[in-house]
Amino acid sequence: MITVSNLTHRIAGKDILHDISLQIPKGQITALIGPNGAGKSTLLSAIARLTPHQTGQIMVDELEVGTSASNTLAKRLSILPQVPEIAPRLSVAELIGFGRYPYHKGHPTKVDRQKTDEAIVLFELDELHSRPLDTLSGGQKQRALLAMTYAQDTEYMLLDEPLNNLDISTSRSLMQLLRRLAETRGRTVVIVLHDINYACSYADRIVTMKDGRIGRCGAPAKIVDAGMLQHVFSTQAEVHIVNGRPLIEV
Amino acid sequence: MMYWPLCPSSNPVRSILILGFGLVVLSIASLFIGVIDLRPGDLWRDRAALELVVVSRGPRLFAILITGAALAVCGKILQMLMKNRFVEPMTVGTGQGAALGILIAAIFFPTAPLLSQMGIAAISALIASLGFIAMARRLPPTQPFLVALVGIVYGGILGAIMVFIAFQADLLQYIDIWLTGEFSGVLQGRYELLWLAALVAALSYLAADQFAIAGMGRAASINLGLNYTQVVLIGLVAISLVTAMTVVTVGMLPFVGLIVPNIVSRLYGDNLRHTLPVVAMMGAGLVLAADILGRVVRYPFEIPVGVVLGVVGAVLFIWLLYRPARYAG
Amino acid sequence: MPGKRLVIMTGLMAVCMVFHMTLGTRGSWDFVLPFRGTKLAALLLVAVAVSTSTLLFQTVARNRILTPSIMGFDALYVLIVTLSVFAIGAQSYGTLPPMVQFFLSLAIMVAASMLLFGTLLLHRKEDIVRMILTGIILGVLFRAVNSFVMRMIDPNEYSVIQTSSYARFSRIETDLLGISAVLVLITLALVWRMRHRLDVLALGREAAINLGEDPRRDTVQILLLIAVLVSVSTAFVGPVAFLGLLVTSLTHVITPTAHHAILLPSAALISAIALIGGQTLLEHGLALSTPLAVVIDSFGGILFLFLILKRART
Repeated sequence: MITVSNLTHRIAGKDILHDISLQIPKGQITALIGPNGAGKSTLLSAIARLTPHQTGQIMVDELEVGTSASNTLAKRLSILPQVPEIAPRLSVAELIGFGRYPYHKGHPTKVDRQKTDEAIVLFELDELHSRPLDTLSGGQKQRALLAMTYAQDTEYMLLDEPLNNLDISTSRSLMQLLRRLAETRGRTVVIVLHDINYACSYADRIVTMKDGRIGRCGAPAKIVDAGMLQHVFSTQAEVHIVNGRPLIEV
Repeated sequence: MMYWPLCPSSNPVRSILILGFGLVVLSIASLFIGVIDLRPGDLWRDRAALELVVVSRGPRLFAILITGAALAVCGKILQMLMKNRFVEPMTVGTGQGAALGILIAAIFFPTAPLLSQMGIAAISALIASLGFIAMARRLPPTQPFLVALVGIVYGGILGAIMVFIAFQADLLQYIDIWLTGEFSGVLQGRYELLWLAALVAALSYLAADQFAIAGMGRAASINLGLNYTQVVLIGLVAISLVTAMTVVTVGMLPFVGLIVPNIVSRLYGDNLRHTLPVVAMMGAGLVLAADILGRVVRYPFEIPVGVVLGVVGAVLFIWLLYRPARYAG
Repeated sequence: MPGKRLVIMTGLMAVCMVFHMTLGTRGSWDFVLPFRGTKLAALLLVAVAVSTSTLLFQTVARNRILTPSIMGFDALYVLIVTLSVFAIGAQSYGTLPPMVQFFLSLAIMVAASMLLFGTLLLHRKEDIVRMILTGIILGVLFRAVNSFVMRMIDPNEYSVIQTSSYARFSRIETDLLGISAVLVLITLALVWRMRHRLDVLALGREAAINLGEDPRRDTVQILLLIAVLVSVSTAFVGPVAFLGLLVTSLTHVITPTAHHAILLPSAALISAIALIGGQTLLEHGLALSTPLAVVIDSFGGILFLFLILKRART
């Protein structure tokens, strides 16, 4: 379980995150939703120690973020930032191989190679295997990055808008893969999603955010309604229930 | 709001008076600082003292005032033409081009009169400037630092080529003279070219409005009925002439053309007609102060003004890089 | 593929070394061999120090145009030496053993470069061009202050200033060769141990943290190593300007990979070939009086300009 207590983050006197306390349960997909500038990415960065947090405490199971060894955390939790900078000359396989770095520190074993190959197959990157990253399309690059995060093989995966650049078929298969990981292997996924319908269809739990504060949290069917949309996104939209899950009219 | 200590007001007329007063004080001081002890009273009693002023101290003072003023004005014009505040003749290859020209003249036409050698230097400076403009045109206008960076490296390459030639021709000892500006060699009969530079700078004041319009860009110029290419070319010729005359007579003086116009435009904005006289006076004042400093700091020896300006100018340049642009007026 | 190229370059370097030792020799071998041998060792040391420090810097700065020289590192070292002479006094400084002189400058260099370039790198804003410009102007400033202080020490000494502004590969002071070699070898060993960490750092700050590295700590460590390498090379030959850029650019062309385990030896070989081969060619082949540094500067400068212009267009 990831436990965030009383987390506040200020930049230039402005609260980006305001006294956030939150528990993210294990073995589930938790979707973070909210309008632009709500603080979703900052929260994710803070949990993943990309942004050192100023006040409050973040625990990933028994590991405290900020004091625990970074390498120990790297085997427990991985993050895919929204706009990752990547070295353009790397090949796809090399990039994915880096996901194993926390385990092998530059000396890959047989297990590491297996995990890398598994990720390549799973994300259908076989044909792009030795292509340099700067020759890939946006969607292919995104898939390679996701494969790297997958190869890191951590209990917790934090994904910041991973569906960017992905077409509907890749988006759906990624979400289905994440569901399988959660259900069959007990993985915990925290995912920032732009499209609330994806959150409704695939997430176990939705956390709404606005102006650096946490809003309503809970199962999609419980919290997604016209009132929530009006409050969090300031938009009037009808919500239908399809197969027991909410569907928002766009 | 940043205030320049010399002129605590944004009113050009008042600061011209203050600057003028400062210049007069510094100029008088300049006349009486030197290895040979000279006091104001001596001028009436001692013929040798008067001669010292006429032959050496006086020409030196004129040379300083003219180069300072002319370089600052040229820097301002170049900045207008390029629409970039981080360029000046000595950092975009014009100065190095002039030095390269005079080196070529020294190798191939060693007996030519000074004026023709100067002409070669000016042409070479002009070619170097055109080369820079050609490169700068290809750079995105949204990146002002990039233009400055390319200019500095371009100047550095010209400098390296010059050193290469000088090594082969065994003229290395001259390079230092051209690359490091120094006024100690200025004597009556050896600096008069600079009056021509003063004339060019003064003439460019008359064309101030044209330069200002050209600074708005090609489209705006054509819209206002101005021959853009012609104005830019005239500006470059003026800059090249002044730079060549400076480099030939006293050597390169870095950063004057960059620092002074920036400070002035921060204080008074960019109305060339109003600010060019301030730019000229402040340029003269900066070089004069740097020269006096170089003369007293290691008395009785002299530290070349180019070295002093290098230190002061580099510090101010870095300061400019990290200050948000802010203009009064 | 890169392995094969490394072998070819090693062969090429060996050829250069043989030519360097044997071309145009006159007089007894007993004199020539030790004399040229020490010079060769010094050139090798400088070559590796320059290539490695440049690669390290490009990795922490995540930019292939920046080099320690362009950012003013070696100008800083020259300035520190001059300032030490000024502070201690030329005569007392002259009586200090060369070893003490060197380690004094080295210590100040490490501290100063941490302070200056650490701040610049760790608080870097997105504007890389401004950072390069700052570095170049810092270099100009260091050189100007250096020349100022030199004239304060000895107003008539022009030759000192001239030699300090260009690298001198032809006459190298070899007093400190032994201790410098040890220092460089230790540094290189540390760098080699870091090679995989360098690969991860090159991925960018966020990716490096995600993979369990600490980019802040690593940047500081790497800057320290760079300071040592630059100090050694500058102490031997003076500022090298564009050599590092020339070498790393070629390295990325000849061995296009992201693995430092290949990049580091490849750059070292290219650097050694350029320096030893170039020096031998200039001295014996072309009989040019122009120092190699000036030639490297001209080509390196043009390359730098080309890279900047290319970057601007994309």
